[in-house]
Amino acid sequence: MARPPLEVEVVAADRLVWSGQAVNIIARTVEGDIGILPGHEPLLALMVPCLVEIVTADGRSESLAVDGGYISVARNHVSVLAQEATLGHEVGLEEARREASTLEAKALRGEANDDEFHHLRILQAQIRAGERYLQNKADAGDGSAT
Amino acid sequence: MGSSLRELRQRRKSVTTTKKITRAMELIAASRIIKAQNAARAALPYTRELLQAVSALASVKDIEHPLLYDTDTPKRSAILLITSDRGLAGAYSANVIKAAEQLHTRLVADGQEVVMYITGQKGVAYYDFRNRPVEQSWTGFSDRPTYAHAREISKVLLDRFLQPTEEGGVDQLHVVTTRFVSMLTQNAAAIRLLPLVVTDAPGNHDDAGDDLHPFYHFEPDPETVLDTLLPLFVANRIFSGLLQAAASELASRQRAMKSATDNAQSLIEQLTREANQARQAEITQEITEIVGGAAALSE
Repeated sequence: MARPPLEVEVVAADRLVWSGQAVNIIARTVEGDIGILPGHEPLLALMVPCLVEIVTADGRSESLAVDGGYISVARNHVSVLAQEATLGHEVGLEEARREASTLEAKALRGEANDDEFHHLRILQAQIRAGERYLQNKADAGDGSAT
Repeated sequence: MGSSLRELRQRRKSVTTTKKITRAMELIAASRIIKAQNAARAALPYTRELLQAVSALASVKDIEHPLLYDTDTPKRSAILLITSDRGLAGAYSANVIKAAEQLHTRLVADGQEVVMYITGQKGVAYYDFRNRPVEQSWTGFSDRPTYAHAREISKVLLDRFLQPTEEGGVDQLHVVTTRFVSMLTQNAAAIRLLPLVVTDAPGNHDDAGDDLHPFYHFEPDPETVLDTLLPLFVANRIFSGLLQAAASELASRQRAMKSATDNAQSLIEQLTREANQARQAEITQEITEIVGGAAALSE
């Protein structure tokens, strides 16, 4: 790829979550999934709670969950901003699954309010991020073993 | 004479204990202040990005938004007063409450009604004691605020701001907090948070000289993006106010406890001297008595 890699910063309200160089970023905006490659046009898009995948310049994959916020691209600089962002390895899978299933049951009974729906979507994104992290780790482990 | 010696020793002992406590509090504050400063620093990238995005939006079009709507004749204002939960921090709480009172007086003189929102037990106690109404208060996190606290507070305040004035909404929101300038200087100051004033992001040094914003493509559209970003911006301002206040509180506490420890130390020295004198006087008197008794016997 001739273009220089993207400079990426993922920031949450209380910390810088991740920063580095990347060649591809996949996120879900309010209008649907979006993939960002180096040289993308300037963009400022709102995200829904989702799994954000970053393929780093050295070929690794980072997965993280955001609770909304936005992704902005300008001059090959990408910022993913969310009030809350969790890296895949920070997710407490067991707890998130348990909480999500309680909320799901509640949603199915039609008792959940908007906040709870929102929270459920965040949890689902976190679970996906956590699972993706484990999967990537397993893949990397296989790769080095063989 | 004997009783005065005992009293002096007792007092010295109690001051020594006090000194141990103040010394411990000083050390605790000193270690927490570093954490508080780190927390404030860690929140900077978010603030920077958010400012950049908002000013990018502002550059696209003349933005109009309820949160930016400034009325010429404000009727009601809200003050968010950020104080500490605990005392023993010198004049920290007194200063910030004084700043809030000044603002309060000024707003009332302008013919406005003032609604108080308070964080921190000290501020709540001040208003409770004077039987003055407090609209809502939050306590229990003054020395280690998290973003969740800021989010909760901003939600309440935004709801209030967006209510029409006739139904009890406020036209302005002021935040009174203590800015952490350095370990030695913390300034209590009031800032007007709402309606927001959007200025260009200051200090975007990475690409200085390249101050034109790129032509962004907004998804779904600039209005919706603005609608989402401005509340985040408000929450962020409140969060940074809380963080600054936390760092200031700890710095004040450390300083107050340091001077308390120093005072205790000089008091101990003084009491020790007095006790020694009393002991010496006692011994002298005893000797005088013995000598006098012996002299009386030998005659």
